[in-house]
Amino acid sequence: MSTDASAIEIQSSVPEHGPLGHVVPPAVLLAVFAALVVLTVVTVAAAGQWFNFGSWSLWIALTIATVKASLVALYFMHLRYDQPFYGLIFVTALLFLAIFLGIVLLDVSGYQPDIQGG
Amino acid sequence: MSPPSTSVEPAAGHGDHPRFLAHHFDTPGQQFSAGKLGMWIFLVTEILLFGGLFCWYAVYRSNHPEIFEYAHRYLDKTLGAINTLILITSSLTMAWGVRCAQLGQRRLLVLCLALTLAGGSGFLGIKYVEYRQKWREGLLWASRFNPKEPPPAAAPATPKARPGKPASAWPPGLTEKPQALAPAATPAQREPVPQHVGLFFSIYFMMTGLHGIHVIAGMTAIGWILVRSVQGHFGPLYFGPVDYVGLYWHLVDLVWIYLFPLLYLIH
Repeated sequence: MSTDASAIEIQSSVPEHGPLGHVVPPAVLLAVFAALVVLTVVTVAAAGQWFNFGSWSLWIALTIATVKASLVALYFMHLRYDQPFYGLIFVTALLFLAIFLGIVLLDVSGYQPDIQGG
Repeated sequence: MSPPSTSVEPAAGHGDHPRFLAHHFDTPGQQFSAGKLGMWIFLVTEILLFGGLFCWYAVYRSNHPEIFEYAHRYLDKTLGAINTLILITSSLTMAWGVRCAQLGQRRLLVLCLALTLAGGSGFLGIKYVEYRQKWREGLLWASRFNPKEPPPAAAPATPKARPGKPASAWPPGLTEKPQALAPAATPAQREPVPQHVGLFFSIYFMMTGLHGIHVIAGMTAIGWILVRSVQGHFGPLYFGPVDYVGLYWHLVDLVWIYLFPLLYLIH
């Protein structure tokens, strides 16, 4: 149990920092979890029969999903506390994904008049 | 990769002779940062892998929204929502596990990893129930899409069925099919069935299937660090594997956070 003993030392001296960086406090973990649960309920409710946002519903659902994804990335995946380089790698991937999707959809929109209904 | 064999103490995650510091790294911090960088680059390739499938989805949905609006009603929103909550919970236990590893809380780490594994199993169990149901009802990909029944009525028709007579209308539907079909089939037969509905299920099975494979891979990795955490390998100076596996598990969660509304919650 020597590991546990050293753990107690670290905990008592600096609660949010181990020797290799930041340790996420339980309150933050639980708050993020609660927010994710609430947002899941919200996104299900927004798609339910009580609301009708029409063509906006896709964008509402995607916005909620992006807020959830950001919470997971920033706190559970620790990006908020890490050196920004990891975040830069992640954001670069998303940027290239956006270019990929954006240009493909731009092309697709050019063919809309020729598309026959399913 | 072979760890220095100078220390035999199993719990020697501290002090001046870290057991798991590879000889080509100067400090545990350097080792941790290098591993983490590698993991993030791997996660980027995963994002691009799923990105191709999301692109597929976007192209077909923008060309044929009617297929998606029709076919998504075959999916069970409740099971999808439960699975979302299960994955979010398992992400919490995983993140908590990383914290435990950083603080050297061995027993709590084992508990967190076991709970995360349980979450993954629960997710796959529910996914199995969904897949089996789709298989039995002929709701498969492309030309294998031969539905036995029309999908449940769209949103405007549902309020009529639900508040009406729940006690008399629904329980027989569970046991006797013809009676339950009669009221549900009338509005559904009126609505035109789009062509190539199987496309939706091609996308559904490909995306949830690839995601499911990632859940299995994540659970395998968690099983590996669970065994190592039982052996007491992790502590404040060496928790890299827990952290990296955690990152992977959260990415699996991230993908599902988008899959759930895109496949189940189409309005």
